[in-house]
Amino acid sequence: MYPRQFDYVAPSSLEEALAALDANPGAKVLAGGMSLLPMMKMRLLSPEMVVDIGRIGGLGDITDNGDSISIGALVTHTEVSASGLVQEHGAALATAASWTGDRQVRNRGTCCGSMVHADVAADQPVAALALGATMVAASSGGTREIAAADFFVDTMMSALEPNEILTEVRIPKAGPGTASAYDKLGRRGGHTDYAVAGVAASVTRSNGSISAATVAVTGVGNRPVLAAGVADALVGSDGSDAAVEAAAAHATDGIDVLEDLYGSVGYKTHLAQVFAARAVKAALSAAG
Amino acid sequence: MSSTSVLGGVVRRREDPALIQGRGRYTDDVKLAGTAHVAFVRSPYAHAQVSSVDTSAAAAMEGVLAVYTAADTDHLGPLIAQVPVGALRPLLNSGTVKHVGEAVAMVVAEDPYVAKDAADAVDVDYEPLPAVVDLKQSLSDEVPVHEGASNTLISWVGPFGADEAALAELQEGIEAAKQRDDAVVVSQEMINQRLIPVPIEPRSVMADYQAGYDRFDIYSSTQIPSALAGAIGKYFGMSMNQVTVKAMEVGGGFGCKLNVYNDEVLVAFASRQLGCPVKWTETRREAANSTIQGRGWVATATVTGTEDGEILGFELEGIADMGAYSQNFTVAIPFLGLFVGSGQYSFPTYWKMDCVTTHTMTTDAYRGAGRPEAAYYLERIVDMYARRIGMDPAEVRRKNYISADDFPGAVSPMGFPMDTGDYATNLDAALETAGWSDLLAERDAARAEGRYVGVGLATYVEVCGFGPSGLVDLGFSWAEYQMPSAFNGSSLVRVHPDGSATVSIGTGPSGQGHQTTWAQIVGDGLGLDVERIRVIHGDTEEAPPSIGTFGSRSAAVDGAACYEATGKVRAKAARIAAHLLEASEEDIEFADGAAQVVGTDSSVSWGEIAACAYQPHRLPEGLEGGLEAHAIFSPGNATWPFGTHIAVVEVDPDTGDVDLLRYIGMDDCGNVISPMIVDGQIHGGIAQGIGQAMFEDAVYGADGNLLSGSLVDYILPTAADLPSFELDRTVTPSDINPLGVKGIGEAGTIGSAHTVVNAVVDALEPLGVTHIDMPLRPRRVWQAIQDARA
Repeated sequence: MYPRQFDYVAPSSLEEALAALDANPGAKVLAGGMSLLPMMKMRLLSPEMVVDIGRIGGLGDITDNGDSISIGALVTHTEVSASGLVQEHGAALATAASWTGDRQVRNRGTCCGSMVHADVAADQPVAALALGATMVAASSGGTREIAAADFFVDTMMSALEPNEILTEVRIPKAGPGTASAYDKLGRRGGHTDYAVAGVAASVTRSNGSISAATVAVTGVGNRPVLAAGVADALVGSDGSDAAVEAAAAHATDGIDVLEDLYGSVGYKTHLAQVFAARAVKAALSAAG
Repeated sequence: MSSTSVLGGVVRRREDPALIQGRGRYTDDVKLAGTAHVAFVRSPYAHAQVSSVDTSAAAAMEGVLAVYTAADTDHLGPLIAQVPVGALRPLLNSGTVKHVGEAVAMVVAEDPYVAKDAADAVDVDYEPLPAVVDLKQSLSDEVPVHEGASNTLISWVGPFGADEAALAELQEGIEAAKQRDDAVVVSQEMINQRLIPVPIEPRSVMADYQAGYDRFDIYSSTQIPSALAGAIGKYFGMSMNQVTVKAMEVGGGFGCKLNVYNDEVLVAFASRQLGCPVKWTETRREAANSTIQGRGWVATATVTGTEDGEILGFELEGIADMGAYSQNFTVAIPFLGLFVGSGQYSFPTYWKMDCVTTHTMTTDAYRGAGRPEAAYYLERIVDMYARRIGMDPAEVRRKNYISADDFPGAVSPMGFPMDTGDYATNLDAALETAGWSDLLAERDAARAEGRYVGVGLATYVEVCGFGPSGLVDLGFSWAEYQMPSAFNGSSLVRVHPDGSATVSIGTGPSGQGHQTTWAQIVGDGLGLDVERIRVIHGDTEEAPPSIGTFGSRSAAVDGAACYEATGKVRAKAARIAAHLLEASEEDIEFADGAAQVVGTDSSVSWGEIAACAYQPHRLPEGLEGGLEAHAIFSPGNATWPFGTHIAVVEVDPDTGDVDLLRYIGMDDCGNVISPMIVDGQIHGGIAQGIGQAMFEDAVYGADGNLLSGSLVDYILPTAADLPSFELDRTVTPSDINPLGVKGIGEAGTIGSAHTVVNAVVDALEPLGVTHIDMPLRPRRVWQAIQDARA
């Protein structure tokens, strides 16, 4: 586990960090390092420079913006899962963060890092999708906002440019009748380890029927992805178990389901449906 | 939890403060000035002709001291093995590589980073050849692993020692039983999958050749320091006493450190060549393909019995995966399975395993080594039979046990004399502890609610504590290691002039708590506080020669030697004390750091006794000075521990997810020296058995690539994945050693995998599932449910 040689800088301001990225197109950003460092040690990734953002002030907070909440680039999984704000407005994300890795990983790894890493079987990216999160990316040219739906581009590839840092995941506050949930089967069984399949769902119930729904699936395809078929079938339905189960049958519609050591195409398709139903039911139950 | 101890109760492991505070010293912690570091160039192909190896770019890199290929090391010969059946591993291979991860070249550099960079810069051209991974394909010899040689290295057939006529008669008897009107025949092919041993401390070796003295200091994370000293001596034309091997703290072994490895020889070679200390510590991903693996059997088990639970015959026929090369014990591992092929039962057993090569890493001893596999097939098929005839699985087992009345003198149907056993008592104790009938009632109630709850039971006997050298003498020898196959225990107990004591002992721990156990034996024998006792092991200069730590042998063999050496010291000390106290030797007893005249307050401390022992003019006439004794213990048999395990599971039929709710272990390892350590051994053993049952799988692709070679994909059980085990024990002392103890290091593993599988199959019985191959990952369980429903 010996990485190739690399340069290391630990700037104290965001501007310096962004300048370092501009000057070194082969650089990678280090926050918690829970994914980057193993990849470097296995020589799957050999950046010429590592820009450690851990000493930059102001990136470690979860803030209340009035109509939304922001999770900064250095906020850990543990902090996300323990946050009252996240639990209230993004329960799916709080749950996903609490099931990420193990305790050591959760104490070091960051929510934003998990988004950027964009693992096909990670927990938090689908929660961001279901919650309709906005990714705030900074570069020396300014900041831009990327919808979560446009952020996860391909296998372990996000829409972030090499000279950008994801400084914030912004989640809209949940309005009346809106709630979210996440459920999965982990590779060790239960909720432990990467998702064999997992589903995050956000639903809004008004006047006895479902007025809005967003559902996203992890672990089954080449990236965390929206399950539009489930959401479409839910909207306008009464949210009964039968309606939810009928909608969940569309969990992998339009998704190219891939086999791996943990599941065949048939099994993963089935699991996506099972967890779509479970996540939607849990969200509906929380929505009241 | 029971706290029975022949030596007086629960003692905390005295080695733990150093280990858990990060203050233990392991091989990789050894720092010597000027140490060079090694990285290996390894084959990415399972089978390929190496057409060229270009080391020039690597050799030219700054900080690189040497790059060696087979041309440099072939003169040393292949890697030695105790059981040299089959092709032995070349130290380096520039010809035809036989598995992914095989070492092609070795880079030595000033630091490990440069070494790795340079290894990446070695340019090797490979011409890939067809690989054989599947055991049945290997058996057909369609693709030879080694040109011109059959892939089948040996076939182990049992009962042991039966000639062809006896085997034919046995098979005819079982065939005849199958023809009976009331015969029930249950047969199932099952896979006992390959596993990767994953000690927390990877293997690590450092060689320091001292040219001025023509001697080696070798530091290695090994279970067999004496054998390594002999091996290094043999390779370099030196005597054993010119090589000192130090096994420092060994952070887990489980059998995978019970080989002399090519890297150990190569690191020593480089140190001699370069005149500096040389170190190599394997990386985790490297270990997956360069440290031995375990298990890897496919076999068909068949039980023939009556409708009322009498088993008339058991047959096992299968294939065991040896990997590409034979290392230390490779083909002997299935033979250890044959030892316990008939388990604790009395029924006729026919047993045959073909040992075949494949283009994969070598297999060898992994915790249990052949016995978990043998027990798995036996206990799964007996369970299937019980299910088929609708009889309580505990009852079927009880009906077919070797009776307690047959001991002493019982001989297993496989032809081996067993020390002591009382299987029915142990089974009853387990059933009572678990609340067996309540468990079954709760399961039935859950079923009625549509839940899939299952209860699994399995019992085992295993063989360990090797052992009489005749029993394990397969006709090979340790000559290549300069080590005779003397499976003796050896221990030296010395009382120092200040009354403290040191015990030097042949076997060293890799987590088993020897620092505590040996101190307890000596402390109990001498009436000395364990804190006054130092334990020395794992150093060939300071400790007596030993075959090593494996096969759950330390307590039963070296522990017995320790006990006997302690007794000799006590006897001499009693003479001195009697002399000093002007009392009779018979009236001397030892306690609280002193010798006392029974029934009086007349006493003399160990310090005073020892001071006297080292001043010969004060000693009784005729008594020589000093206060130490050496004892060798050669057991008359191996030990045969046994037990009963019970698991309770619930399966989520929608996902196939298995929830292990309870795990009960009732083990019998004879007398117990240190209850906490015995329980700890059982805990770890069960965890590894559950690991095989539910998680672990060394998955090879058809091209021979290991698909689960990192800990992301090779799923190990963690404490968080397991319930709190409910352990208790019965005590049936062994009669072959003075402590009455049996080995316990592997028993937990040998008893557990099938217990879990039996429970999951029980949970799914309402759906008609009869068998699922391990590991019982959700994917497989769900598929079995679908297949049963279809």
